[in-house]
Amino acid sequence: MIWHTFFFYLFSAIACIFGAGVLFTNNVVRMAFYLVISLGSTAGLFFLAGAEFVGAMQLMIYVGGTLVLLIFGVMLTAQEAFVSMRTRAGEVVVALILGASLLALLVDAAFRVEDWAVAPDNHVVELAESKTTTQIAAAFAGIRTDADQYPEELQGGLSGYLLPFVIVSIHLLVVLIGAAYMARTKRRADQAPA
Amino acid sequence: MNAKRYSRSTSTKWITRRRKPRTCRAVADYLHYELGIWIWAANVLAATVSCVLILHVVAVGALIFIWMERKISGRIQDRLGPTRVGGAYGWLQTLADGIKLIAKEDVCPGKADALLFKLAPYISFAASFTAFLSLPFSDGWVAQNVNCGVFFVLAVLGLEVFGVILAGYASGSKWSLFGAMREAAQVVSYEVPLGMCVVVPVVLCGTMNLVTIANMQEGMFTNWLIFHDPFTFCLFWVYATCAVASVNRAPFDLAEAESELVAGFHTEYSGLRWSFFFMAEYGSMYLVSGLAVILFFGGWHGPFPIFQGLADMGGLATYTAQLAGCINFLLKALVGITVMIWIRWTLPRLRIDQVITTCLKYCTPLAAFFFLGAILWQINDLPSLNTIDRAAIREDWLARETQIEERREAIAQKAADKAAKAKENDGEEEPSGDGQGTADPADAAAVLNVENVEVEG
Repeated sequence: MIWHTFFFYLFSAIACIFGAGVLFTNNVVRMAFYLVISLGSTAGLFFLAGAEFVGAMQLMIYVGGTLVLLIFGVMLTAQEAFVSMRTRAGEVVVALILGASLLALLVDAAFRVEDWAVAPDNHVVELAESKTTTQIAAAFAGIRTDADQYPEELQGGLSGYLLPFVIVSIHLLVVLIGAAYMARTKRRADQAPA
Repeated sequence: MNAKRYSRSTSTKWITRRRKPRTCRAVADYLHYELGIWIWAANVLAATVSCVLILHVVAVGALIFIWMERKISGRIQDRLGPTRVGGAYGWLQTLADGIKLIAKEDVCPGKADALLFKLAPYISFAASFTAFLSLPFSDGWVAQNVNCGVFFVLAVLGLEVFGVILAGYASGSKWSLFGAMREAAQVVSYEVPLGMCVVVPVVLCGTMNLVTIANMQEGMFTNWLIFHDPFTFCLFWVYATCAVASVNRAPFDLAEAESELVAGFHTEYSGLRWSFFFMAEYGSMYLVSGLAVILFFGGWHGPFPIFQGLADMGGLATYTAQLAGCINFLLKALVGITVMIWIRWTLPRLRIDQVITTCLKYCTPLAAFFFLGAILWQINDLPSLNTIDRAAIREDWLARETQIEERREAIAQKAADKAAKAKENDGEEEPSGDGQGTADPADAAAVLNVENVEVEG
């Protein structure tokens, strides 16, 4: 379907252009703004693929997370009105090496997907229908409906997502409390000598 | 899992009663196959129709709500409000305001970050508008029937604050920045209890699809989820508080506290850009109001099932029922808006510490408590005013899973027996023939998807 292709290229182009925009601007807030747009159009790609839950998750966590990062990381620590970052030549070189190696890895991985390398004849791309979230929810509670995709000997070890999820959230809670505690004690230490 | 105990007959009945949702795709199909329009034009037309309709809910809605705001605030303050423009009751006042706003100069302060300053109102408006894409207005009247509609609406609604923060930051004014910071702190905090409140109807219904949630509450008003149990009833008021706070309305309108911050985040804005913030605000008000109607007040299913009979008859009768449902939904949401306006002109504005205290010390624990209460009520099957068997639909998927599993096991068993004995498999036929004989084990994977089954039924 032609519109699927059109929107795929549209969202991809927006994501790439604004991703490059993040690189080429010095202003931190504009950087965050471009990042949000780039992540938002990635969410658009997920919606296009019919993965609405993942798309909404992308919006909520990444876009919302960037927002919080922007507020608490940049605005509260900024000394001037409009923060701009200066990068030194060494940093640019290191970033280029890191980025290029990651890009090479990703491109290599992408072209290993067989369906992409060989386009089947008369292949019609249908707009992906919405997938239900019920299977994710059931897997969360310990019922893995995807069990038969795995080899027989691995199926016994497939567990629900609940325990890892709870462990991660407790970990995050500890980090949050720790951060709040450190922020408090620092202020007290400042006040004590005065 | 003990999904087997739910009777299959109930769930099958429920599913066959559902009508196929009419989404944007169905309109496009109609235009293409019935009217013979090219498929690409049909797609564009169908998308345009949906978008323009929703745009009118936001834009024309704002027109009406601003007039309502003026009239209601006037009456509350013992004034008349607008009386002249457009004849009686000054009902064209907002249009006059709009013309005035268009005629105003579009100012951009010298110290501002011009690009972000100019873009910020559109971001707010776009976020508010996009959330309407998955908000159903009647049975099947939804632009995109998103399977996780509740989550989508909340995720997109949370983006509106981004426009406000950018506006506050890019204005290059301390009032704007203060307003934006307050708004950020407030909205980020209130997303927690709001999410907890929204989870309860989702858990009670077992789905995040807004159309399904509303359709489960059909019948009398006693089927509304707010009357499910006392905890849900109390929870709704927490939701109302958080919703008012998350759309930045008084008494939580600290971001634009005119007594302290001139006008908060929109201090530097004028003309049409300024009005975009207000369209976004009224759009979000309508959105949280509509969400409350769907989650707690039965959506388009009225207090009394007047059009219930028409809905299943098909053709024009179904359409009439859907139209009546849409009007019902719009009116219910309008009541929500009226209450928000009423609250704004009754309660004084809170301080920022009071706002955060309300969120963290009252709303969040209360929401958590009511959440637990509602869940325990449902698990213990305590008496409820709701009579619709939600367990049927909620456990239907698991029941189907179990059927498929049973069938798979039976087939595997049969194959093993075949290999072992080569004869005497007549006695083993029985377990494989449970329930629907139509589903072939080969396409059992297709049955996994309840949505597919729903549409085919």
